[in-house]
Amino acid sequence: MIPPEFDYVAPESLDDALRALDEGGEDAKLLAGGHSLLPLMKLRLAAPSLLVDLRRVPGLRGIQRENGTWRIGAMTRHADLQTRDELGLLAEAAGLIADQQVRNRGTIGGSLAHGDPASDLPGVLLAAEGSVTVRGPGGVREIAAGDLFQDYLTTSIGPDEVLTEVRIPAFDGWAHGYEKFSRRAEDWAMVGVSALVRAAADGTCEDVRIGLTNMASTPLRATAAEEALRGQPLDAEHIARAAGLAGEGTDPPGDLNATPEYKRHLARVLSRRALQRAAGAAS
Amino acid sequence: MAMIEERPIGFGRLKRKEDPRFIRGQGTYVDDVTLPGMLHGAVLRSPLAHARIVSIDASAALAHPKVRGVITGKDLEAQKLAWMPTMSYDTQAVLATDKVRFQGQEVAFVIADDRYAARDALELIDVEYEPLPAVVNARKALDADAPVIRDDKDGQTDNHIFDWEAGDKAETDAVFARADVVVSRDIIYPRCHPAPLETCGAVADYDRVSGHLTLWTTSQAPHAHRTVYALVAGLPEHKIRVISPDIGGGFGNKVPIYPGYVCAIVASIVTGKPVKWMEDRSENLTSTGFARDYVMHGGIAATRDGKILAVRTDVIADHGAFNATAQPTKYPAGFFSIFTGSYDLEAAYCAVHGVYTNKAPGGVAYRCSFRVTEAAYLIERMVDALALELGTDPAELRLKNFIRPEQFPYENKTGWTYDSGDYETAMRKAMEIAGYDELRREQAEKRAKGELMGIGLSFFTETVGAGPRKHMDILGLGMADGADLRVHPTGKAVLGISVQTQGQGHETTFAQIVAEELGIPPEDIEVVHGDTDRTPFGLGTYGSRSTPVSGAAAAVVARKVRDQARLIAAGMLEASPDDLEWEKGRFSVKGDPEQGKTIQEIAMAAHGAADLPEGIEGALEAQTVYNPPNLTFPFGAYICVVDIDPGTAQVKVRRFIAVDDCGVRINPMIVEGQIHGGLAEGVGIALMELIAFDEQGNCLGGSFMDYLIPTALEVPEWELGETVTPSPHHPIGAKGVGESPNVGSPPAIVNAVIDALYEPYGVSHIDMPMTPARVWAAMQGRPEPPQ
Repeated sequence: MIPPEFDYVAPESLDDALRALDEGGEDAKLLAGGHSLLPLMKLRLAAPSLLVDLRRVPGLRGIQRENGTWRIGAMTRHADLQTRDELGLLAEAAGLIADQQVRNRGTIGGSLAHGDPASDLPGVLLAAEGSVTVRGPGGVREIAAGDLFQDYLTTSIGPDEVLTEVRIPAFDGWAHGYEKFSRRAEDWAMVGVSALVRAAADGTCEDVRIGLTNMASTPLRATAAEEALRGQPLDAEHIARAAGLAGEGTDPPGDLNATPEYKRHLARVLSRRALQRAAGAAS
Repeated sequence: MAMIEERPIGFGRLKRKEDPRFIRGQGTYVDDVTLPGMLHGAVLRSPLAHARIVSIDASAALAHPKVRGVITGKDLEAQKLAWMPTMSYDTQAVLATDKVRFQGQEVAFVIADDRYAARDALELIDVEYEPLPAVVNARKALDADAPVIRDDKDGQTDNHIFDWEAGDKAETDAVFARADVVVSRDIIYPRCHPAPLETCGAVADYDRVSGHLTLWTTSQAPHAHRTVYALVAGLPEHKIRVISPDIGGGFGNKVPIYPGYVCAIVASIVTGKPVKWMEDRSENLTSTGFARDYVMHGGIAATRDGKILAVRTDVIADHGAFNATAQPTKYPAGFFSIFTGSYDLEAAYCAVHGVYTNKAPGGVAYRCSFRVTEAAYLIERMVDALALELGTDPAELRLKNFIRPEQFPYENKTGWTYDSGDYETAMRKAMEIAGYDELRREQAEKRAKGELMGIGLSFFTETVGAGPRKHMDILGLGMADGADLRVHPTGKAVLGISVQTQGQGHETTFAQIVAEELGIPPEDIEVVHGDTDRTPFGLGTYGSRSTPVSGAAAAVVARKVRDQARLIAAGMLEASPDDLEWEKGRFSVKGDPEQGKTIQEIAMAAHGAADLPEGIEGALEAQTVYNPPNLTFPFGAYICVVDIDPGTAQVKVRRFIAVDDCGVRINPMIVEGQIHGGLAEGVGIALMELIAFDEQGNCLGGSFMDYLIPTALEVPEWELGETVTPSPHHPIGAKGVGESPNVGSPPAIVNAVIDALYEPYGVSHIDMPMTPARVWAAMQGRPEPPQ
């Protein structure tokens, strides 16, 4: 498991990082924790000529709240997220990423920019309707979660851009549930479901968001299920009926572990469980 | 389980002597060996399962500034080394010359200054292939239109390797014909892999002046390997030294000789420098000795009231592209004929058909006791299938059919003589630990609530400790093992053994055997192993044979030393040897216990200036070769409790009870550790481990992302018990245990899953691995065999 030869730099500023990325050309890649990229390189499935490590760039780490939104530095590690209960769904999902060693090194920005549909955080960002801030030679821009994930391991972040910050609404007054199903405790999700539920005073569902992990080449929203639950009582029967629609319109790829049919079944089962947990916490 | 250390002088719980160096990271594995001027090798492997080699162009690799050479099959052919013999009297390509026959097969060997350059240079070698259709499914290997894989062999016109049978077919068919109840099942034991944490590798150091070859290598059988290298490479055997240093797990994966070892040797001879080759994880999973891959059609015949009469089976055995399994010559299907299990039968018959496929070679590995894993799985699944058919409790059915204690030694219907056993006691003990009746009540309550709980049993009998040399050899080498023991003047001792630890704790256990016989504390006994220059000849560690064969040799050689010590003590005490009494560590005069000499005093006297009695030349040492009179037959009763998530179909092993009878336990702590590890492997095999292939023969299990092995989070806290039925023919009554848990646990887990699903879903069989997707498919009425 030896990667091909590559160069490595660890610039001390964002400007230097952008410059290095630019000079490195199309085979340069950013390193932001490395727990997805380095295994791909060791398997020789990725062969960047230059790694630009962001670990020394100041100002890319930290969690702060501003106007009802969490602003999270791109190099904030999963381990820093998992212990912050106030982050709700994000904290719960971060705590289920791989194992503690990976969570101690992997970062939120690295995970989102990698765009692996089996990773936990893309589905969370999509359900939460968050966004990412990127900086490139043309300046700063913000990309909404719905526009970020383009295809398998492909995002709309340009090759000359750096993801600097993640923004996630605080979801005050909402409850959440995250259900991840994997072959072993520390594996990638075979299917994962993020659920956010806001209960009205009368106990009905005022609003709901459901994000699906690994049901396509990008994370998905289970919109049919969301619509079916909105305005309905948050009881077992209505939740089950809505969750039954979670696989609607999906066409997940099969693999060694799961057929498409089984994955759609899992999406329904896990959606029911995630919604039930969220509804239980909301009432 | 008692955690207290007993510090015994002899048998008992004793912390492992090897652990301080492992715990401190001070072990010396093959990859830790670094020699001055050492070069590094890497193997170029075939991307295709079956293809003709049109051309190989290594010029770009040779132009790499750090590359010292590239060896291809053509280069080896000139030295008559392109093919090597396997341990099954077949041949295997060292580097492919004509065709590649499985994905991952060795095609070229790069020698470079460092391992990074060697790996990079592989991508600079240009091989042109002409793809051929691949034989992936063993069931289709003998079809008339199947491509012939081994067209290199004269007269080979199909993919057939061997047909082998045991038992009486006519008699068995007659019993089946008159039986009240006959149940049949198609049962696959899929291809899995031992996946030792240390992969395979070697450092070859050939001295051009002296002609000596020293080979540090990941070998479970250093002496046998030395002999094979002498035969293959034509090197004189006395100038070959094979050193198997600390080994990070073997499980049968390190019994064969792999092309990489041979390439490292050739590279060292060619360059005159030491050459290291260590494979990576994917190379280990895709090219080295896999395990199982048996497609079995089983039948069981019984009376209506549950007396089992006979079993029969027909098996297709997938051996991959070369028949490279290591097992006794007369047993091409290993000891699979022990598939009669623990039951008193009227008749039995098995037929096994070995075939070539375009997959990596192997089959006999992974704590299998030479295919006892497959045998135990088949019989224990068939007994459960019969229990379903009869509507009988599977524990009751087993208890009704066990061989009874007074029937031992028991001749089974396929030619084995079981040495000793008390099966009912072990079964009842396991049921008592499990709280079997209470579990059945709990299951009924849960079932009423729609919860899926299953209770599975297996009762296995193994045949291990190969074996009597007149019946058992590998490549003509009889399966005996040697030991030599020297006691130094101060009473410290060195024991040389021919077997080799890969984690089993030989340095501790074998010291305890000598301690038990001579009364020398284990810490005063150094156990030397894994170095052909320093140890006596023997066939190595696999098939649970270390304790049954080499352990016996250790006891015998210690008794020889004790016999000498008696003579010396008699001289010292001026008494007749017959008038001396032995208590552990000391001879004394009968009736006058004050008059005595310790083994340490005797050792000093043996090397002293005083006259020695007749028959004693001086020194206190002996050697022996132990030729076992029979194999040993360990057994055990296992009970597994599973919960299945009705939504996701995920199987969770909640409890696992293992009562093992391996005869006398030398170090119970080590025995329990062996059982823990083997049970974890069984959970992996039953639930997640699979070397799968697509239709083109591409291996889909080539990394630990796809070939899943269980972690501590997937296994329960093991609940162990024991009974002790000594082997009557073994000097210390021990039977061997290393493979028992891997043999016994998969059927218990599968039986538990079927027990959970049969009543609510009508599921009567699921092949391993029982992944959530495949359990779910079975619950939908569509059971699917593994790919």
